[in-house]
Amino acid sequence: MATKVGSKGLTRRQLLARATAAGASFVVGSGFMAARDAAWATELSALKPTTFATLVQMARDIYPHDKIDDQYYVLAVKGYDTADAAPEIEAGIAALDAAARGKGFANYLETGWERDRVDLLRGMEESPFFQKIRGGLVTGLYNQKAVWPIFGYEGESYSKGGYINRGFDDIDWL
Amino acid sequence: MVAKFDLSDDSVVVIIGTGAGGGVLANELAQKGVKVVALEAGGRYLPDDYINDEWDSFGQLAWTEPRTTSGDWRVAKDFSGLPAWIVKAVGGTSIHWAGASLRFQDHEFKTKTHYGNVDGANLLDWPIDPAELAPYYDKAEAKLGVTRTGDRPGLPGNNNFKVLEKGAKALGYQDVNTGHMAINSIEYDGRMSCQQTGFCFQGCKWGAKWSSAYTDIPRGEATGNLEVRDHCHVARILHDDKGMASGVEYFDKDGNLQMQKAKIVCLAGNSIESPRVLLNSHSAMFPDGLANSSGQVGRNYMRHTTGSVYGVFDKPVKMWRGTTMAGIVRDEARHDPSRGFVGGYELETLSLGLPFMAAFLDPGGWGREFTSALDSYENMAGMWIVGEDMPQETNRITLNHEVTDAYGLPVANVNYTDHPNDRAMRDHAYARGAAIYDAVGATRTFPTPPYPSTHNLGTNRMSEKPRDGVVNKHGQAHDVPNLFISDGSQFTTGAAENPTLTIVALAIRQADFIADEMSKGNI
Repeated sequence: MATKVGSKGLTRRQLLARATAAGASFVVGSGFMAARDAAWATELSALKPTTFATLVQMARDIYPHDKIDDQYYVLAVKGYDTADAAPEIEAGIAALDAAARGKGFANYLETGWERDRVDLLRGMEESPFFQKIRGGLVTGLYNQKAVWPIFGYEGESYSKGGYINRGFDDIDWL
Repeated sequence: MVAKFDLSDDSVVVIIGTGAGGGVLANELAQKGVKVVALEAGGRYLPDDYINDEWDSFGQLAWTEPRTTSGDWRVAKDFSGLPAWIVKAVGGTSIHWAGASLRFQDHEFKTKTHYGNVDGANLLDWPIDPAELAPYYDKAEAKLGVTRTGDRPGLPGNNNFKVLEKGAKALGYQDVNTGHMAINSIEYDGRMSCQQTGFCFQGCKWGAKWSSAYTDIPRGEATGNLEVRDHCHVARILHDDKGMASGVEYFDKDGNLQMQKAKIVCLAGNSIESPRVLLNSHSAMFPDGLANSSGQVGRNYMRHTTGSVYGVFDKPVKMWRGTTMAGIVRDEARHDPSRGFVGGYELETLSLGLPFMAAFLDPGGWGREFTSALDSYENMAGMWIVGEDMPQETNRITLNHEVTDAYGLPVANVNYTDHPNDRAMRDHAYARGAAIYDAVGATRTFPTPPYPSTHNLGTNRMSEKPRDGVVNKHGQAHDVPNLFISDGSQFTTGAAENPTLTIVALAIRQADFIADEMSKGNI
């Protein structure tokens, strides 16, 4: 089983040294990839690095939240990096890249504007591949407890005694 | 001392299901000295077990065995395998319900009389008069500890209620309050008061909300007359050569087929599983399913005309804090055809946590229109529409022989298509709901489509005449006198109100009837 490599384990220079550039947002190496700013890094066991980078960008384009860091999108789709799932993902991303080339772009990742990438996704919206990725993100992204505070959501409250003394009726602007 | 009855004991009443209907009936009968075996498909979970986490709780409590869907309702597209969000556990959906406990309005018992002929609708008057049910509503409200009834005060309003109240009053609505809730505003019946925790749908960890799981079930067991068998999945009801119910076949927790003999069988598995059991109980004598000479078993499935309206404001609301559904606007619940539809609807506060909001705000939605809404999650207020939908013969539960469950039994298919009256009502409610939030300065509003059904009604309906329905005014099958329906599937029509209080009132009334008939030797 591949282990996840965190950015804390390597210096930024080491990361860059072992990486080769591929795509708009990522530094990608052989079986290993990291964000350009070293905010996250992960080791891959089945998917090609460029495929995974494209998948992460696709995830962000489906559910774009500018205040959510890449690491959460990475975690949301990391489950597809398995021998079982990889063939369908490779084929789906290949189709997405082919659609991009059909519109005159080099590939999906290097399609610069979100609106152009979204147009490509709209073109495959009914496909099982798109629906699988989108459906998986609903829980894969939004059920990560670490993203809840970014939206202000407070989660479990029983252990804190509920909100009876913690602002259940504290609205002050009505 | 918890009772233990023998499988061959044919003197017991067997109740299938332990929710608001079956759980209450089991206790009420046990209190009267009637011996009861209650079969429950799910396991036992008590307040300590409930989880303040939407998906984890769903995994713990929801009925997730396969079902299929058809019809033009959006649930069939977005949640094709999950037509209903109901619970599989001792206590049933009374663990999950929000606690809203409203009596039907008098005219809602007599919709055929008051609404007249509505094309495509299979309207029928209930064979019960409102006055007949009134004393049982009193008993149900006392059992559940409903706020704003008896001398019980209302719950305090949370942030989400305050937004609703201010907007509703700005529009001139009068009947606006924190609801009639089976959630304690003060300590009552040995249960503590609401701690404004939220997560009402995930089971109340304080026990402040009434559920049969920790009230009627243990009290019934304490009499020594009630045995609850959990993890028992009912396959079919058996009958003798006179056409009387004689026992119930079920798969026990180890998957072994068992048969409990019965004097009387009461079916309370909700409006999807109850007709499924009857249809799966077909025999040479009853080729179309048990109690189905009318052909009405499974038909007239109702789920309320629902939908939600969420509003986004420029400042925080934090709608998830506090009692989820303690807030209501009742002014639109009246029958007033000048609005373009018959019947009426309630508007009730509702909130979802972030994970469920992502799943249900606009199922299938994506892109910035969707995500910018979630970006404003903290600034959202929410309300739920609960309106009377039209009974239609073609909205129905059938057996899907292409799909079987873990025991090889055909699963239920749920077919539902909105009636034009349902659509007109929903559109009206969406517009009024948006106007309420606009009146408080909403910057965006969202007309959110119905969720998988929580109010499942009408598939074994009461009728005066045997040809029009499945059971009589006591929930007793027209065709099989010792077979009763004890859940929301006996509803003739759905009314605009959340159904649990009426299910409980009917169960208390049915217990009186069954005990009386048994003592007279009639059954």
